[in-house]
Amino acid sequence: MTDTLTPVLSANWDQERSWTLEAYEAGGGYQALRKALTMNPDDIITMVKDEGLRGRGGAGFPTGMKWSFIPQDNPKPKYLVVNADEAEPGTCKDIPLMMASPHTLVEGIIISSRAIRAERAFVYIRGEVLHVIRRLRAAVREAYEAGHLGQNIHGSGQNLDLVIHTGAGAYICGEETALLDSLEGRRGQPRLRPPFPAVEGLYASPTVVNNVESIASVPSIIEGGTGWFSSMGTEKSKGYTLFSLSGHVAKPGQYEAPLGITLRQLLDLGGGMRDGSELKFWTPGGSSTPLLTAEHLDVPLDYESVGAVGSMLGTKAIQVFDQTTSVVRAVLRWTEFYKHESCGKCTPCREGTWWMTQTLTRLNEGKGQPGDVELLLDLCDNLLGRSFCALGDGATSPIMSAIKYFPQEFEAAMHTPSWELFPPANSTLFAKEVAQ
Amino acid sequence: MSDELLSDQTVEEMRELMARYPEARSALLPMLHLAQSAQGRITTEAINTCAELLELSAAEVSGVATFYTMYKRQPMGKHHVGVCTNTLCAVMGGDEIFDTLCDRLGVGNDETTDDGQITLERVECNAACDFAPVMMVNWEFFDNQTPESAVEVTEKLRAGEKVVSTRGAEITSWREAERVIAGFEDGLADQGPSAGPASLVGLEIASEQGWKAPEISAAGAVEKETDGD
Repeated sequence: MTDTLTPVLSANWDQERSWTLEAYEAGGGYQALRKALTMNPDDIITMVKDEGLRGRGGAGFPTGMKWSFIPQDNPKPKYLVVNADEAEPGTCKDIPLMMASPHTLVEGIIISSRAIRAERAFVYIRGEVLHVIRRLRAAVREAYEAGHLGQNIHGSGQNLDLVIHTGAGAYICGEETALLDSLEGRRGQPRLRPPFPAVEGLYASPTVVNNVESIASVPSIIEGGTGWFSSMGTEKSKGYTLFSLSGHVAKPGQYEAPLGITLRQLLDLGGGMRDGSELKFWTPGGSSTPLLTAEHLDVPLDYESVGAVGSMLGTKAIQVFDQTTSVVRAVLRWTEFYKHESCGKCTPCREGTWWMTQTLTRLNEGKGQPGDVELLLDLCDNLLGRSFCALGDGATSPIMSAIKYFPQEFEAAMHTPSWELFPPANSTLFAKEVAQ
Repeated sequence: MSDELLSDQTVEEMRELMARYPEARSALLPMLHLAQSAQGRITTEAINTCAELLELSAAEVSGVATFYTMYKRQPMGKHHVGVCTNTLCAVMGGDEIFDTLCDRLGVGNDETTDDGQITLERVECNAACDFAPVMMVNWEFFDNQTPESAVEVTEKLRAGEKVVSTRGAEITSWREAERVIAGFEDGLADQGPSAGPASLVGLEIASEQGWKAPEISAAGAVEKETDGD
């Protein structure tokens, strides 16, 4: 049996000066790179494919398969772009990873670039995380100085230049084609696919876009060898991953465990909910994944099982809300977020998120009108699957799932404001002080 | 209020950013960060300079500068204070923190205090939900805030006292932060801890329980575990 928690990525986060090259190498860092430099690039792809790594940025697409889509007969340069634009509400795993151990990511980038035969790689990191940007830039500088980056890396003949690129505040740039437009110095707006980035990505060249955690997992897969990574997790969702627990729980934080652990197990490890509180609703993978409730506590947190109960594993960002929280207030706020972040390219998303916000605003104020719930569902129907990217789809998730599980709260919203039914002060972290 | 003119050095640094990419236009976002670091906001001069360097129209650059929320067209305070009011932080107390700061600082969203010290803004999820409610000062984390702690931080900032991020470096200024974001190191990477307490919760439980990932054998393949202990 595999242990309940399996720290790999987070294993060195409590080490002294863990972000430095010295500390990383003292803990065995860059050994996987040495091994990978002796491997044939195709064998690296095969190993990542066979070990079953799936994209940790939300979609769960097999990473090795994505790499194998790069047409190697295309004479254009190949690019690796790491998506470090972590901004999906609830998601908070890549930022601590890059803060504590940026070299894990850098090592993963060098190995992954070898696999897809890229000589240029980029990390697209959101701009709003100053200290993480500092640590990443320092790590890249150190890696160049140590010969892990640059020309003819350790005599292998492999070349790689790595640029840390900062965004400027736009959730949409976490969407891979919007990210590429942004990286080209444009407004971050999604592209129509096909062509997919593997064929025409950055500068219309073959490009792999992978999440931070996916790429950071690669060194351990190479070091672990055949059968190691895949010995963890479930049949179709293999390996370990970071689960991010937040909200009304006793111990919010990062829990690194094999895929397939349940929320009940995670809560038990961390002392359950906060004092005297009951689980009301939760997101399994950020706000774009439909809400679940206490009846789903025993659902294995893997791609298939969460999908089977009508939601998505997403980024494994588990936001937990207790009985003090108004679901109408929560859903309104998420909808305002999607409205704010809609890039404006597609009409259903640009207009729909505004209409949904208007309707939810009056419901939140207890001024709902007959037919508002039906109107919301109709708006969702007009958004879902009707835009270039998944932002609009994501906007419908909280609304449709909240109406499904809490219809009575939407009925109450016809006459009573959310703040009367659920005084916001009771939900806060400092609620006890407020109550006294 | 008149803006300082972009210096030759800043223009030179813009060219340096352009040289980092296979296609120069990729540097536009960092160049705009650098411009507002130098001038305190995105000026018409900066837009024209970027356009000229990248051989774009001013409208194209302006279209980019207005798309992203980190670019500021109004003069900023010395410090930028962002309070997360996305759902989870809002519920955990972010709304109350934001309202309290508005009240104490006498400003609304996107407004600057009379003394020019602080620009207050509601921000979206900043990827620190396990530290909710979260406040950002010049894009450095201030974790697990209360209305009182947030007021204390802003009062110290206004008084020019030393303020340190809960898991980052000593606070400099918004303009200095923008320079780092643009692509120039400031030597502060080694300040602060590896991780905040919430980031280590799972690791600590695993260590107490003696849990770890399966051993890697010398051959690089997984050890076959024998059951029956």
